[in-house]
Amino acid sequence: MIIDNELITYLEELSRLKLDEEEKEKAKESLSKIIGYIDVLSKLDTENEKEMSHTFEFSNVFREDVLKTSYKSEEILKNAPDKKDGCFKVPKTVE
Amino acid sequence: MEFEMTAGLEVHVELSTKTKIFCGCTTEFEGEPNTHTCPVCTGMPGSLPVLNKSVVEFAVKTGIALNCSITRHNKFDRKNYFYPDLPKAYQISQLYLPICTNGHIDIKTENGFKSIRIHEIHMEEDAGKLIHDDWDDCTLVDYNRCGVPLLEIVSEPDFESAEEIIAYLEKLKEILIYLGVSDCKMQEGSMRADVNISVKPKGTSELGTRTEMKNMSSFKAIYKAVNYETKRQIELIKEGKRVIQQTRRWDENKDASFAMRSKENAQDYRYFPEPDIPPVDIDDMWINNIISYMPELAETKRERYINELGLSEYDASVITSAKPIAMLFEEASEKCKSPKEVCNLIMGELMRLLSDTNTLPENLSISPDKIASLVKLVNEKKINRNVAKEVFEQIFKNDVDPVYYVNEKALMIINDEEFVSDIIKKVLSENVKSVEEYKSGKQKVFGFLVGQSMKALKGKAEPNLVNDILKKMLNEI
Amino acid sequence: MYIDSMTAIEQGKLIKKGEISAVELTKHYLDNIKKNDKNINAYITVTEEKALKKAEEVQKLIDSNSIDSPIAGVPMAIKDNIMTKDIYTTCASKMLEGFNPIYNSTVYDKLENSGAIILGKLNMDEFAMGGSTETSFFGPVRNPWDIERVSGGSSGGSAAAVSSMEAAYTLGSDTGGSIRQPCSFCGVSGIKPTYGSVSRYGLVAFASSLDQIGPIGKDIKDCAEILSIISGHDKKDSTSINMPKFDFSDCFENDNIKGMKIGIPINYLSKGIDDDVKNCILNSADIFKKLGAQIFEFEMPDTDYAVAAYYIVACAEASSNLSRYDGIKYGYRSNKGEGLIDVFYNSRSEGFGMEVKRRIMLGSFVLSSGYYEAYYKKGLKTRAVIKNSFDSAFEKYDAILSPIAPTAAFKIGENIKDPLKMYLGDIYTVSVNLAGIPAASIPCGFTKDNLPVGVQIIGPTLSEKKIIKICSAFQNNTDFHKRTCSIKEEK
Repeated sequence: MIIDNELITYLEELSRLKLDEEEKEKAKESLSKIIGYIDVLSKLDTENEKEMSHTFEFSNVFREDVLKTSYKSEEILKNAPDKKDGCFKVPKTVE
Repeated sequence: MEFEMTAGLEVHVELSTKTKIFCGCTTEFEGEPNTHTCPVCTGMPGSLPVLNKSVVEFAVKTGIALNCSITRHNKFDRKNYFYPDLPKAYQISQLYLPICTNGHIDIKTENGFKSIRIHEIHMEEDAGKLIHDDWDDCTLVDYNRCGVPLLEIVSEPDFESAEEIIAYLEKLKEILIYLGVSDCKMQEGSMRADVNISVKPKGTSELGTRTEMKNMSSFKAIYKAVNYETKRQIELIKEGKRVIQQTRRWDENKDASFAMRSKENAQDYRYFPEPDIPPVDIDDMWINNIISYMPELAETKRERYINELGLSEYDASVITSAKPIAMLFEEASEKCKSPKEVCNLIMGELMRLLSDTNTLPENLSISPDKIASLVKLVNEKKINRNVAKEVFEQIFKNDVDPVYYVNEKALMIINDEEFVSDIIKKVLSENVKSVEEYKSGKQKVFGFLVGQSMKALKGKAEPNLVNDILKKMLNEI
Repeated sequence: MYIDSMTAIEQGKLIKKGEISAVELTKHYLDNIKKNDKNINAYITVTEEKALKKAEEVQKLIDSNSIDSPIAGVPMAIKDNIMTKDIYTTCASKMLEGFNPIYNSTVYDKLENSGAIILGKLNMDEFAMGGSTETSFFGPVRNPWDIERVSGGSSGGSAAAVSSMEAAYTLGSDTGGSIRQPCSFCGVSGIKPTYGSVSRYGLVAFASSLDQIGPIGKDIKDCAEILSIISGHDKKDSTSINMPKFDFSDCFENDNIKGMKIGIPINYLSKGIDDDVKNCILNSADIFKKLGAQIFEFEMPDTDYAVAAYYIVACAEASSNLSRYDGIKYGYRSNKGEGLIDVFYNSRSEGFGMEVKRRIMLGSFVLSSGYYEAYYKKGLKTRAVIKNSFDSAFEKYDAILSPIAPTAAFKIGENIKDPLKMYLGDIYTVSVNLAGIPAASIPCGFTKDNLPVGVQIIGPTLSEKKIIKICSAFQNNTDFHKRTCSIKEEK
């Protein structure tokens, strides 16, 4: 697996990260090594295995549809970098 | 060359559960910004979702009503994308194992009946609201709507006209409202439809490049947008240009659609199984239990009204056109055992009053008990039908009690023959000329004399009785 | 001072007997922090005022006999990725510097109700990503046994605080070895519980299907007590097992392990492991043999598969879990650039350290279209292979004995520049998280350089009682866990 500039740029976009040139080179090198290592899995036969996304075996965990008191908006906004009129304030979103 | 359109629909409906899909905050519409929120629905670090059981039950109900197969082993997945209205930067949804699949809705248009296939229905969470603040040139984010449960109902590309789309949406809305799973208010965003449209030369089978239309806030807007887009695509092809796959936003003020920024078009959502929510297993017992509590749908009601209660097809369809009206009809009929009388009042008076006062059926608050006791007054011949109309209006407008009102205004039918005879005698003595004319063969005058008598009786006598006595007296003269 | 050699439970008894007050004990620990932490850097936040106030309150409860808990009044500290209301919780990241939680994690609620006194929040690898606490935005945690060496990670602060007497016990979190490895490096005991036995509500998610909170203490008895308090079903965590809290009371009354079958994955000892560490592990096997256990050698699947599957699953989940740090709702927001897109890119690029970025990108990669099947799906299937191999091992053995890390604590800066080498430090620990099973780490010896080495006892799902019994038998017959270090000032 070759990690080229194009793939790094794509991963930056997916991750909303912007690396400088030095970081990019480092990321390319380390990701190549790590993904190269991970490729060891191709030697393992997993043909008949299930995809295991949970380790527990239970299902059906629910809440009843019962109202709980919400938080105050001051609390929800307590750690907001910027706020206005009870809302989180962000630079304009362009459609 | 002639062209034809093909369309498929993705309809999002907000479920009318009391609380959100993964936390106990209210689903109520609006409210002060960020007051219907908590650490879970605002995606605070460390918070975890717990699934609202009613959401699963509402989804199963919907699936059954739309003739779907119910998925027995369900999972949730994460759909990852960045947008300020999505606080976790992922939406908990279902990709791999949606709760309902392979259903259909039967619609009727001028061209007859048609079955529209449902590809799947899945459960997911709604996003927050962005408010564009032009004054400050910024965007404000309100998470009240964030986490309100949604069903996304995805049709197959089975639509061939805007009329079919509207017929489908109307039917879908009717079913969901009767099920009680959503109020389907388009203006409040609790029902939203995105339409995928493509055109192809008539008679060919390969679908053309499609566009996705968003942001229509009424059926009327959808109808216009679909026709606009169909026309736009046909014109493009006729000019030798290509249709570009894109998402287009409908602008209601301009009656036109505009391409949305296409940079984000090829989204890579990196779906994967949601690790915070265990699977949902639905067995027969649970499904049967849900079925046993399923409310009767409009179509079944219509058939029952016609076949069992003797209503005309037209009356049955008007009454079931809105669930509150149908419920009023049923409850009042049940209490007074006179469905036809109740039907007449609804068809005549209620429909007129709703339109005169610009009232939406969902805002109707009229007591079925009062309608039932009004009908009883008619049945027991205590008031006549004209008085009943007047009383109905009073119930509608002022919530009066019919028995009390009739007594207070002395609107009871006058059954006393002697009293009626006395009044008529008086009327005849005051209209000697007319009596003479009648006697000389002018039968038409009879109607005038009936009118005068009824007026003197303030409309409270039974018309037949007045007729009989008047005839008898005239003959005796 | 004599208190420093006592366990949390012993200190609790002292308070109950009235020989020391909760306030005095709290002051003692605050003094230790003042004295030692400039060299160790175990704490990100010290909550001196809160601790003293809370100690007074708890002392009143003790005096009026209204609290019944063996650790009432005993001071502790919590890893900085566990939510504590009104106490900064930073995940050792610039991204959450100054983040002030509006709610409590379930584990902290439970400890508070048991009369715990919180001294502060502990340093860690940024967002728990790392094995040396060198990725912390607040600087590395130094190993109390040798301050030029790392404390291990990611719960480096949690292990070092116990070993440097800066807290009687602590909470850490373990996603791929983050409790066990620093315990081994710092010479203290710790437990990574069965997935779902301790609520994750309020634990800042790194890899949701692997993360688990666990206790770190001077000995296994302290760990058992704390685990018992924080365990049990929580309706706020859907992945929490529907069970009452653990009761370990009978594990110490009878810790006879005669006849127990303990398996050693012999392939774990064949390559890439430091000789001193290997000898400590083999020595601990001998001790168990002397205590009457039967020791068997067997083979586990190649550790490379577990490490590969682990980094796929953990990074995939992390890439999604860490997307919420976008500069909108909380945490760091960059002032550079204009417009929303710039806020996303710049806040994340400036707020996260390189290791976090690397893992987010790796996670985005394995989930991205075109690679999902070959990597993510393959990772989940490999996870099943590993779970199955544990299942079949536990059909034969009561528990598995294994190393925790290939080496003892390494020098600060030694491995940090080579991420893959760092990842390979996790070869003995990650498979336990992939399988969701419990494991303990207890001190079992020292290297020639007098650095502590731990041994790992792994059991099947919800076998915590058995694990604790085994560890208790070991600690009742050894004194590795009792040895203390003296912190040398930086040269």
